[in-house]
Amino acid sequence: MMNTATNAVVVENLEKRFGGFVAVNRVSFEVAKGEIFGFLGPNGAGKSTTIRMLCGILAPTAGRGVVAGYDIYTQSEKIKANIGYMSQKFSLYQDLTVEENINFYSGIYCIPAELKEERKNWVLEMAGLREHRRRPTALLSGGWKQRLALGCAILHQPPIVFLDEPTSGVDPISRRAFWDLIYDLSGRGVTVFVTTHYMDEAEYCDRLGLIYRGELVALGEPERLKRDLMAEDVLEVLCEHPETAMGEIEQLPGVKEAALFGRGLHVVATDGEAAAGEIGELLARSGRRIERIEKIVPSLEDVFVSLIEARDRAEQPQAEVKR
Amino acid sequence: MLERLRNMLIKEFIQVFRDPRMRMVIFVIPCFQMLVIGYAVSTDVKHVRTAVYDLDESRQSRDLVAAFSRSGYFDVVEHIADERRIREILDRGEATAVLRLQHGFAGDLLAGRTAELQVLVDGTDSNTANIVLGYAVKIAQAYSEKMLVRRFERRLGAIRIPGRIELESRAWFNENLESRNFYVPGVLVIIVTLMTLLLTSMSVVREKEIGTMEQIMVTPITPVEFILGKTVPFAIIGYAVVFLVTSIAVFWFEVPMRGNFGTLLFGAGLYILTMLGAGLFISTISGTQQQAMISTFFFFFPAMLLSGFAFPIANMPEPVQWLTLVNPLRYFLIIIRAIFLKGVGLEILWPNFLALGLMAATMLTLSVRRFHKTL
Repeated sequence: MMNTATNAVVVENLEKRFGGFVAVNRVSFEVAKGEIFGFLGPNGAGKSTTIRMLCGILAPTAGRGVVAGYDIYTQSEKIKANIGYMSQKFSLYQDLTVEENINFYSGIYCIPAELKEERKNWVLEMAGLREHRRRPTALLSGGWKQRLALGCAILHQPPIVFLDEPTSGVDPISRRAFWDLIYDLSGRGVTVFVTTHYMDEAEYCDRLGLIYRGELVALGEPERLKRDLMAEDVLEVLCEHPETAMGEIEQLPGVKEAALFGRGLHVVATDGEAAAGEIGELLARSGRRIERIEKIVPSLEDVFVSLIEARDRAEQPQAEVKR
Repeated sequence: MLERLRNMLIKEFIQVFRDPRMRMVIFVIPCFQMLVIGYAVSTDVKHVRTAVYDLDESRQSRDLVAAFSRSGYFDVVEHIADERRIREILDRGEATAVLRLQHGFAGDLLAGRTAELQVLVDGTDSNTANIVLGYAVKIAQAYSEKMLVRRFERRLGAIRIPGRIELESRAWFNENLESRNFYVPGVLVIIVTLMTLLLTSMSVVREKEIGTMEQIMVTPITPVEFILGKTVPFAIIGYAVVFLVTSIAVFWFEVPMRGNFGTLLFGAGLYILTMLGAGLFISTISGTQQQAMISTFFFFFPAMLLSGFAFPIANMPEPVQWLTLVNPLRYFLIIIRAIFLKGVGLEILWPNFLALGLMAATMLTLSVRRFHKTL
C-alpha cells in the first residue's frame, strides 16, 4: 500500500523505456515530507529521466508514482502547480533581466498581484541579486544563475522542489552557498529532491538513493549506507610513493582493490586486520617509510564504487550468456 | 488564463525588440527587400541592347533601324562592320539582338520586291527572346505597311485601303501592362510568408534548444496559453509588416489600390493565421533551429513556385494544378492581386477566403494537437 499521507513522493516499480533501451528499470522508493533526498548516480544512470517522470513532463512506460498526493499519469497538471523544478541546464531567459525573469515566472504561476512584490524581493534577497536586478541574466556568473533559477522555481512556494544537478559547473563557494539555501528550504518544511554526482553533497542529504544503469542499487541514510552496505573493510595507507605501492598491494591475497585517495591509498580488503599486517610487511620489505595504516569508516565514494563494481561483476557473466 | 497569456506576451515582445538584429529583421529587411525586389522583379522588356549590321547603308535601311530605336524597345549600341563581330557580340552578351540588313535592301524595296531583314536574338532566356521577336515583328510590319501605303499613294493618289482589321486592344486592371503592378503585390505575399513562418517556428524551437521549454513545461501553463503566447506576437508583427510593405507598394511603386483595404487586412489575417499554424507545426517536428530553418525552406520554395507568383498555374501539368489547391499562397495571391488591381471584394473572392479560413483552422488545430506538454 502506498503511503501518501506522510510521503511527498512515492514511486513503485517505475519504468521508462526508449525503444529497446531501459532508462529506468522498475524503481521503487519513497521520500518523506520535509526530507532532503539525494539521488546519486553517474551520468546516464537515469536520474534526470526519473525526475522528469515525477515532474509530469515525461510519460512513464510502467509503474506507479504519486507526487504531492497526485498521480503522475492522470494529475500531472496538479503536480506542476505544487512543485518547483530546476533542470540540469540553466533554463531561464538569458536575454531578459533578472527582474523580468522573476516577473515572468510569477505571472506564469499566477501569483496574486498583492504578493508579487514581496515574493520578488524575497527571491532577490535570497539569491543575493538585489543590486543586479536590472542586469541581463546572460551576464550573471554561474552561481548567481543557479540561485536565480532556484528562486524562479520556488516563487509559488511549492511543498516539493526537484533539483536536477543544481550545482554542476559551479565553484565550491557558490556550491556551499547553494546548499545553505537547500537547508533553508528544508527548514521551512519543503521536501527537496536533488540529484548530484558530487559525493560531498551526497553527505548533506537526509537520505540517498543510488541509481546505476537505471536500477536503484542502494537506498538509505548516508551513515547507514556506509556502515551496512560495505562487506569489506577499508584501510587508509599513508606511505612513501603510494603510486608505485598501489600495484604491489593489489597483488596481495585478500586485497580486492587499491586506489589513490588524497595523498595516500584506500585499500579494500575482505579482512582488514589481516591485510593491514601484510601491507605493513610488504612496505617494510620494499623500504618505503610508513606513516599510517589504519582501518577507516568508508566514504560514500568507497561504498558506491564497491556497489557499482559488484553490479558490473554480477552483470558480466549475464551479458556473455546473452551474447 | 489571461494573466499567463499577458506575461507570455510581455516576455515575447521584450525578447523580440531587445535584440537589435531582430528589429532589423522585422522592420528594415522587409522594406529593403520590397524596394529592391520591387524594382528588380519585372518581366517588362525595354531598352534591348541592339547591334546593327547594315550592309546596305541606304536611306531605307537607316529608316528601318531608326524605327526600331524610336520604339523605345531597342537601343542601338553598336554598328557592326565585320560579320564575325555578330557572333562575338552575342557570345559576350554585349547585345541581346542584332539587326542584319543585306546589301540591296533598298534596291529590292524600291523595285517592289520583298526585302529581307534578319533579326538575331540571344535565345538563352527564351521568354525575353520571344518578347523581343514579337516587338521586331510589329515594327517590321508597321514599316512594311507604311511602305506599301506610300507605293499605292504614289501610283493611285490618296486612297483608302479597304477591308482591313484594326486591332483595338485594351488591358483592363493594368492598363499599361506593367509587370510591376502584377509582381509587387506578389512580393508582398512572399515577404509576409517568410517572416511569419520563420519567426514562429524559430521562436518555439529556440526555447526547446536552450532548455527554457522544459522549464515552462513544468509550470501549470496550458498548451493553449503557450501557443497563443507564441502566435499572437507574430500575428501582430505580421500585420505590421503587411502595413509597411503595402505602404511601399502603394506610395513608392504607385501600384493602384482599387479595392477595400479592410478586405485586404481580413485576408491577410486569415493568411497570417495559416502561416503561424504552419510555423508551429514545423516547430513540433524540429528539435533544433537548423532543422526548423530547413523544414521552413522545404515548405516555402515549392509553395512559392507553385503559387502562381511567377509561373501561371494554368501552364502547369494537371496533377500539379491539383496540388496548388492546397497551397495557401495561391489563394492569398489571388486575393491580394484582385484587391489591388481589380478592386473586387468578398462578393467575388469569397471562395478564396473560405479556402484560406479552412486552411488556417486545419493548420492551427493540427499543431495544437501535436503540441504536448511532455518531452
